[in-house]
Amino acid sequence: MINTSLSNEEIRRYSRHLILPEFGMAGQRRLKEGSVLLIGTGGLGSPLALYLAAAGVGHIGLVDFDVVDESNLQRQIAHGTSTLGVRKTESAKRRLLDLNPNVEVTTYEEQVTSENAFELMRPYDVIVDGTDNFPTRYLTNDASVMLGKPNVYGSIFRFEGQATVFHPKEGGPCYRCLYPEPPPPGLVPSCAEGGVLGVLPGVIGTIQATEAIKLLAGIGETLIGRLMLYDALSMRFRELKLRRNPDCPVCGDHPTVTELIDYEMFCGITPEPEAFTSYEITPLEVNAWLYRDDPPFLLDVREPNEWEIGHLPGATRISVNELQARMNELDTAREMVVYCRSGARSGRAVDMLRAAGFRKVKNMTGGILRWSDDVDPSIPKY
Amino acid sequence: MAVTVSIPTALRQYADGNASIQLANGPVGQLLANLVERHPQLGKQLYNEHGQLRSFVNVYVGDEDIRYLQGVETQVPDGETVSIIPAIAGGNIQTFERSNV
Repeated sequence: MINTSLSNEEIRRYSRHLILPEFGMAGQRRLKEGSVLLIGTGGLGSPLALYLAAAGVGHIGLVDFDVVDESNLQRQIAHGTSTLGVRKTESAKRRLLDLNPNVEVTTYEEQVTSENAFELMRPYDVIVDGTDNFPTRYLTNDASVMLGKPNVYGSIFRFEGQATVFHPKEGGPCYRCLYPEPPPPGLVPSCAEGGVLGVLPGVIGTIQATEAIKLLAGIGETLIGRLMLYDALSMRFRELKLRRNPDCPVCGDHPTVTELIDYEMFCGITPEPEAFTSYEITPLEVNAWLYRDDPPFLLDVREPNEWEIGHLPGATRISVNELQARMNELDTAREMVVYCRSGARSGRAVDMLRAAGFRKVKNMTGGILRWSDDVDPSIPKY
Repeated sequence: MAVTVSIPTALRQYADGNASIQLANGPVGQLLANLVERHPQLGKQLYNEHGQLRSFVNVYVGDEDIRYLQGVETQVPDGETVSIIPAIAGGNIQTFERSNV
C-alpha cells in the first residue's frame, strides 16, 4: 500500500485536505505518491499545474516547447511579465516550486511526437491533455489508450469548453469513440473565429485538475463516460453521455490502430504546395507598389473586430467567409493584393478568387504581422 | 410541437449568430434538413460530399448520442433539445491559421 509519510510541514500545509473525511491522510499520501503529465503549459495547463502543485501531487511533468509571449498572459496564469521570453516549462516550474517546494517538477522542452510519446508518458499515473491542436489530441489519446492510462481531456473555443476523462481500461470511451476523425483543416473552426475568453481555460483547466486529483486520490465519481459542456456566455453547464464504441479503431474490441501513426497526416495537414508561392508577395514589395502609379487594390479578408485593431491604408474589407457571396463587388481586371493576420486565410481567399477566374491576385506573405515587422510598426500585432 | 436545436459557437456564424433555433418536431434527419433549408451555409459544415453527417460533428437528442439511438431516424419528442457538438481543439488562433495552410 502507500508507505509515503507526510512531514509536519506538509501536514500543516495540507491541513484543509486532511480534515476532509473523504480525503484525509490516505488521500493526501496517494497524491504525494502520484504523478501527472501535463501536455501543454498554456491556457489549460496553467491553472492545472498551479492547482496540482498546490494540492501536493508528488511529481508533475510539463511538456511544452513554446516561450512565454505577451499575448499569453491574458489567460496563462502560471506565467508572468517577469518570465516573458522564458520557456513556458521553466516559467511554470519556477512558479510551481514557489507555490509548493515539496513537489517534484520535471520539464520537457519538446513537442510530443509519435517517437517520444510512450517514453514521456510511461512514468506518469495520469495524462492531462491541455493542447490546442488536433494532431496532438489524437496522439495523446492513442498513446494513453495503448499505455492503459487515464487521459483527462479539456478543450476550449471562444466562450465554450468541453471536459471529460477518457479511460478505456476502466470501461470508458476514448477520444476516437467521441470523434472518430478530425475536421479537415480550414473547415471547422476557421481561424477567423479564433480567440478565447481568458477566464474560460481557467474554468475548464480547473475541472481537469479536479478530475486528476480525484483519480489519484481514488475518491468520488469521475467524468468517465460523461462529456461536460460549459458555455461561459450563457453561464450554463450541461452533460452528455459518452459511450465506448466497440468498433473504435483504438480502444474497440478489435483495434486496427495498434501503434502510433503520423498524426499530422491523419489530420490532413500537408506542407504548402510549391505552386502556391508564385502568388505570394512580401509586405515590402506591396509597400513599394503602393507608391507607384498603378497601386493594387488591397483586400482585407479579416473580421470587423480585427479590422478595428488596425488595417492597411486604402484597403477594402470583405471577410473570407463572405467572399464567395460578394465576389461580384470585385474587379477581375484590376491587380489585387489580399491580406489577413498571418497570410493563411488570405491564401485561401486567393485560391477561391483564382478558382473564380481572378488572374491578377496575390497573397501578402505573413499578413499584418509581417507588415508590422517589415513596413510599419505602428500597426499593432495581435 | 416544437423542439430546440442548440447551435455551438463554432457554427453560429453560419446560422445568423443564433445560439438556438426552434423547429417543428420530427426525426433528427428531417430536423437537420429543415435547419439547413433555413440556414444553407450550415450544410457544408454538417454534411460531407455524400450527404452524410460529418464524423467530427456529433448530434445529441437530450443527453444521448444519436449513434446509440436510431441515428438520423431518431424521433425527437416535443420540447426536447437537439445539440450539435463539433470537435474543438483549443483556443490558440495561431493553431487554426497554421492548420489552414
